[in-house]
Amino acid sequence: NDRLFVGLGGLATDVQTVDQLLKFRQNLYELREERQMSPKVFSNVLSNLLYEKRFGPYFIEPVVAGLDENNKPFLSGMDLIGAPVYTDDFVVTGTATGNMYGMCETLYKPDMEPEELFETLSQALLASVDRDALSGWGAVVHVITKDGVTSRELKGRQD
Amino acid sequence: MDTVFGVKYDGGVVIAADQGNARSILMYQRNLDKVVPLSSHSAVGVSGPNADLVNFSEYIQKNIALYELSNDGMKLSTHAQANFMRGELAAALRRGPYQVNVLLGGYDESTESSSLYFLDYLASLQKVNYGCQGYASSFCLSIMDRDWKEGLTEDEAVAIVEHCMQELHTRFLIAQPNFIIKVIDKDGVKTSKFGADPADT
Repeated sequence: NDRLFVGLGGLATDVQTVDQLLKFRQNLYELREERQMSPKVFSNVLSNLLYEKRFGPYFIEPVVAGLDENNKPFLSGMDLIGAPVYTDDFVVTGTATGNMYGMCETLYKPDMEPEELFETLSQALLASVDRDALSGWGAVVHVITKDGVTSRELKGRQD
Repeated sequence: MDTVFGVKYDGGVVIAADQGNARSILMYQRNLDKVVPLSSHSAVGVSGPNADLVNFSEYIQKNIALYELSNDGMKLSTHAQANFMRGELAAALRRGPYQVNVLLGGYDESTESSSLYFLDYLASLQKVNYGCQGYASSFCLSIMDRDWKEGLTEDEAVAIVEHCMQELHTRFLIAQPNFIIKVIDKDGVKTSKFGADPADT
């Protein structure tokens, strides 16, 4: 939904499969509970889904980001078997994690405005991805606020 | 070793595949038809070991036919067929994967548009304007990157396919003398050209 985003990085086929499974679980939850799934619950569902396949995992490293019922931001990252990490500053996954950790650590400060947050995130992402041989061909940034989502496409090095 | 490639144009899709059936140093057959019609308005170019190729394509073909029979003649859209194929490949992936890489092309009468889907053996599905499977991709993808544009005609699309075939004839190590080209448009699936008649036994 528009207050909850999940980023799935890794093997394309598993990204598509897990995307479909998550939609299924979310829809079933929302039909039964008659309310929207909060990011914390969604993150837990994803974690369980991944650990179910402990000895034959989905090769993805997801990131969950969203606003909970009180419009407080929620972030969590996971490895391929569902081990979650909950932070309130930043989470990174993928092939350029080394680069991204460095960029985020230096550029991040708490309580940024949406515009500033977008700038910071874009700079961190572009700098890491442009240096990484395995990442690239552009990027998409979504900024989620209680008033809505702004999505923008970034253009980096096309190699 | 199989090469399959396809190009989408305005009003249809062209799919081409080589016609060889080989294993190790032996060439079993030179007139194999690897572009299998799945329904009246869709066909899939399959590449991989012959066993999986035939098994998988026939399985999908018959299941799609079953759907049409069970649902009073309702036709599955190309998007639905592609996702069905992806589901089957994904389910088999962790059991005993089919080693088939496919290019599915189809024309939808309901939306009057054509679509081409790239589906590899790991079940990664992507809707594309043009695509290649196998070694062909190293040679042909850049040709297609250059030549493809929005709003092509059938003749222009076939020209791109022939350009790719010429490139393969010149530069590809493995000699693939016979190619079969099929065109899918509002009139259905028709064979445009073949190197060797698949009907010859």
